[in-house]
Amino acid sequence: MLKLSLGPVLWFWSRQTVLDFYANAADWPVDTVYLGETVCARRRELKLADWLEIAGVLKDAGKQVVLSTQTLIESEADLRLLRRICSQQDYLIEANDQSALQLASTNSLPFVTGPGLNIYNVATLKVLAKLGLKGWSLPVELGRETLIEMIAELKAEGLDLPAEVFAWGFLPLAWSSRCFTARHYNLPKDNCEFRCLQHPDGLELRSREAQELFRLNGTSTLSGARYDLLRELPDMLAMGVDTVRLSPEHQGMAEVVQRFDQVRRGEIPYSDPLTVREAPPCNGYWYGQPGMDQRA
Amino acid sequence: MELVCPAGSLPALKAAVDNGANAVYLGFKDSTNARQFKGLNFNDKRAAEGIEYAHKNGARVFCAINTFPQPQGWKTWTSAVDRAATLGIDAMILADMGLLDYATSRYPQIDRHLSVQGSATSYEALRFYKDNFGIRRAVLPRVLSLDQIRGLAKHSPVELEVFAFGSLCIMAEGRCYLSSYITDESPNTRGACSPAKAVRWQETPQGLESRLNGILIDRYGKGESAGYPTLCKGRFEVEGSVYHAIEEPVSLNTIDLLPQLQELGISAVKIEGRQRSPAYIADVARTWRQALDLLENSADEFAVDPAWNATLAGLSEGGLTTLGAYHRKWK
Repeated sequence: MLKLSLGPVLWFWSRQTVLDFYANAADWPVDTVYLGETVCARRRELKLADWLEIAGVLKDAGKQVVLSTQTLIESEADLRLLRRICSQQDYLIEANDQSALQLASTNSLPFVTGPGLNIYNVATLKVLAKLGLKGWSLPVELGRETLIEMIAELKAEGLDLPAEVFAWGFLPLAWSSRCFTARHYNLPKDNCEFRCLQHPDGLELRSREAQELFRLNGTSTLSGARYDLLRELPDMLAMGVDTVRLSPEHQGMAEVVQRFDQVRRGEIPYSDPLTVREAPPCNGYWYGQPGMDQRA
Repeated sequence: MELVCPAGSLPALKAAVDNGANAVYLGFKDSTNARQFKGLNFNDKRAAEGIEYAHKNGARVFCAINTFPQPQGWKTWTSAVDRAATLGIDAMILADMGLLDYATSRYPQIDRHLSVQGSATSYEALRFYKDNFGIRRAVLPRVLSLDQIRGLAKHSPVELEVFAFGSLCIMAEGRCYLSSYITDESPNTRGACSPAKAVRWQETPQGLESRLNGILIDRYGKGESAGYPTLCKGRFEVEGSVYHAIEEPVSLNTIDLLPQLQELGISAVKIEGRQRSPAYIADVARTWRQALDLLENSADEFAVDPAWNATLAGLSEGGLTTLGAYHRKWK
């Protein structure tokens, strides 16, 4: 059966919101949970010890727990945290940057990769497999054609490297060391007053014709439409995808997980609409089209 | 410090070499390099002519093969590596780990530089590329501040090259899919950002409009100068305000920072712009050559000649330049 994963929380939520979210998630039918801050080093509502505590609870609830690492590693402080994550032995880590690849592989710590790490071909996977790769995520801008070929090549090479696909949520599209939320409020990044806390699902950026283009989320930019591959689940199962990733939102996530679970079990037809909060749907990347497109 | 200049064509390559570039970088006429433009870049014959011209005049030639091949394109990319090696280039600028591995095993004797698209923002990432692919040099993303570069340079296991002048990419290169989200082509997949095929201009009663795959990127009032509709430099609406929500259309210019870059041990400064004309390249190369020569010959007396900045500002987007992320006040 397809596995379901909960990706790392990409937004900045209050400590209590995060704790409540994972307390609930312990009961959801997800197989894997990614934990940790991946976007901005200034977001420190939870420390590593807090994340490890959550990890313990989720592990006891039967989930596979993966510790996610920051996507853009820029400072010595970022590296210090990364070294601490890579020096524990209890959990797999999700490498989102080459620094994490380096530290995990030199510590002989097994790792998986997140969708922000550029894996576009099997030659890259072979390099990483030698270093301890246990699973990988398809970069969000790639689609089914490429994935089919990669899975076939992996099989031909006799490599067992399970593939994960980002399948629901706002797509993480870009990372910068600049903060666009701070910019919106005319604040310097270093003194941002943690305004992201006011926007638990980002700041909507629209064209002057009111088209929802992007969501500004601190130093990251996400899609304005919500990627939704629910109805593509049977196709993914047939092609040999191992896990589909659902990206956390602070409301309605229990329903999203439930719907994906019902569809993967074949309990309800995948065409049943999933009604969550307002945002246009998109699935273009999966079909080799502009990511924002929605194939009918 | 070495002056590394762009060569989108043979005349541009000659202009760069004639005006003092220590090295030029070029790419083939396909999506294997991150600057795929119609009518630009090199076939094998032109590349051979360019390499001969550069070598005769004491300049090196780097070949950028810095997009990310997918299985369907794999042979095109490895063939680009083979062709570059056969042509006798001095270094390959690579980003993809699979391709780096290929180049390392097939052509260990040819220098490998990590492309900015390889997105190395820490010395541990540089060690990763050095340990696994023996890279000699890395081009740093334009998102780092000078302080961050200082920290990185202190522990770097490889030579560092930094962007000095030209268009300003404000996202971590190699990790930006905004373009493919709107148009289906991105720097990673096709070597194109906000590709020309998706651009439309239209005069309307509200003003001149620029669109990218139908999306309104900007609308210009009378007398306002219009820039290329790069989507991160458009004017958008956030919570009721319309502004350059991601970045203003400005160019990067770090000529003021040269003494500091030298002090940090930076090996090379890179000029962006393979899409630019030979005349542009000549002006930029000549200006930076003068600055670097002054720095080399009398570092203590180094001062930026206002004429340099006047020349460079005249060559910049909207006439505006910035230190970009090199200073820390940007928002």
